[in-house]
Amino acid sequence: MDTLERYRPLVDDFDAFLDACRRPLPSAVRVNTIKASVERATAALDAEGVGWERAAWNDRVMTVDTDRPGNTWPYYHGWLHGQEEVSALPASALDPDPGERVWDACAAPGSKTTHLAALMDDRGLLVANDSNLGRLSALRSNAERLGVTNVAVTNQDARNFSLKPFGGEEFDRALVDAPCSCEGTIRKNPDALDGWSLDHVRGVAGVQKGILRRAVQATREGGTVVYSTCTFAPEENEAVLDHVLREADCRIVDHGLPVDCAPGVTEWEGESYDPSVRKAARIYPHFQDTGGFFVAKLEVGA
Amino acid sequence: MSGDAPTNVGQRFDRLSATPDDREVEGRASRREILDWWDERFGVPPETFDDHTLWEKGAGKIWIFAGDTPSPVEIEGLGMTFMRTRQEHWKPTTEAVQRFGDRAERNVISLSREAAERFVAGEDQALDWDGDWGYLIAAHELAGADAPLGVGLYVHGELRSRVPKGRRREF
Repeated sequence: MDTLERYRPLVDDFDAFLDACRRPLPSAVRVNTIKASVERATAALDAEGVGWERAAWNDRVMTVDTDRPGNTWPYYHGWLHGQEEVSALPASALDPDPGERVWDACAAPGSKTTHLAALMDDRGLLVANDSNLGRLSALRSNAERLGVTNVAVTNQDARNFSLKPFGGEEFDRALVDAPCSCEGTIRKNPDALDGWSLDHVRGVAGVQKGILRRAVQATREGGTVVYSTCTFAPEENEAVLDHVLREADCRIVDHGLPVDCAPGVTEWEGESYDPSVRKAARIYPHFQDTGGFFVAKLEVGA
Repeated sequence: MSGDAPTNVGQRFDRLSATPDDREVEGRASRREILDWWDERFGVPPETFDDHTLWEKGAGKIWIFAGDTPSPVEIEGLGMTFMRTRQEHWKPTTEAVQRFGDRAERNVISLSREAAERFVAGEDQALDWDGDWGYLIAAHELAGADAPLGVGLYVHGELRSRVPKGRRREF
């Protein structure tokens, strides 16, 4: 937890923040509306005597009264997917429509990909990319269990992703749920901070900048890009946005998420960032008993 | 080697021809044959798949994709795996049956809760069935309607579970 001390200047009620980081996360699921309605999925939980509680901001996301949601009938049928509450934020912010062309740049293991597919009603083209071939098998098996048929899976370095296999046409929307230092997952994985170093943070920030810039380039004028991480480090969040605002044709817009969050920070350790990064959302674990998260929404070429 | 007939290339997705008459790659099923098979075997109407295209990648492995894209395409996945052809008896995947099997009107075996549990655990079980032998859709009642569990092979008074190892569950 010592690593988190560096964020004391950023976080209101820092003791509550640390306390929340020490507590394990409740078990959460998302209803996969490609295969079942929310009503049918919750009726199946009721029939098995598994208690559930809906997230305040999203009726498809709920905490469940079992450590093993995978061992329930609605999970077997692909009506439910184990996914923590904050992990449902990026796809909600991207808000794709059925029939659109959408790129998920860092897709494995597929929780957000399958959420995007459900929001698209399994129609249109959803390109799910990951640079790590090994992780693509988890993405594939999640997508299959959830009955997703509109996904095309690619194995490229997202920083120079090629549109050629899909006729070269730009995307309507892109999600960059970037590889990050994962500080916000400490409640799920108590070892998350063991390998933490400022060098790693700086290195991964370079990759994040490259991927986000490519996502803006690969999205049509007027299209939407969402950038998210599960970390608190401004180097990986606001600094990445600031960089891309200067390098590519885009602007930050309101994220539109009905959750308690703090605004993006404009100053950090002697650096200052574009004032519009305030429109990003910082979600701290003590706000609504979740993991930590960062989300920003960008509009391209406007 | 120029002039040879086109063959199946294992590492890319090729769209199936519309009918057997358009077939260019020997042994590759056509879209018409696949939709007729789902109709004849399970009573799933062909229009169920109007918004999907069908592809082969890997010998006999058929994939179903919502929408369309240029063919061939060399990527890692396209839609979901749908069925296995190029073998004596064509076989749907667990995923295809779970996704589209609720429209089936034939060769669906309804299992009790106990039989359903044994089925998803991967067990074979002796069961009475007075319909066709071969691949069946196994289903059970869940939250007010029949829900397809996966594919079973019925022979000699026995329902053999074909749920892949990675999808099995012991409740």
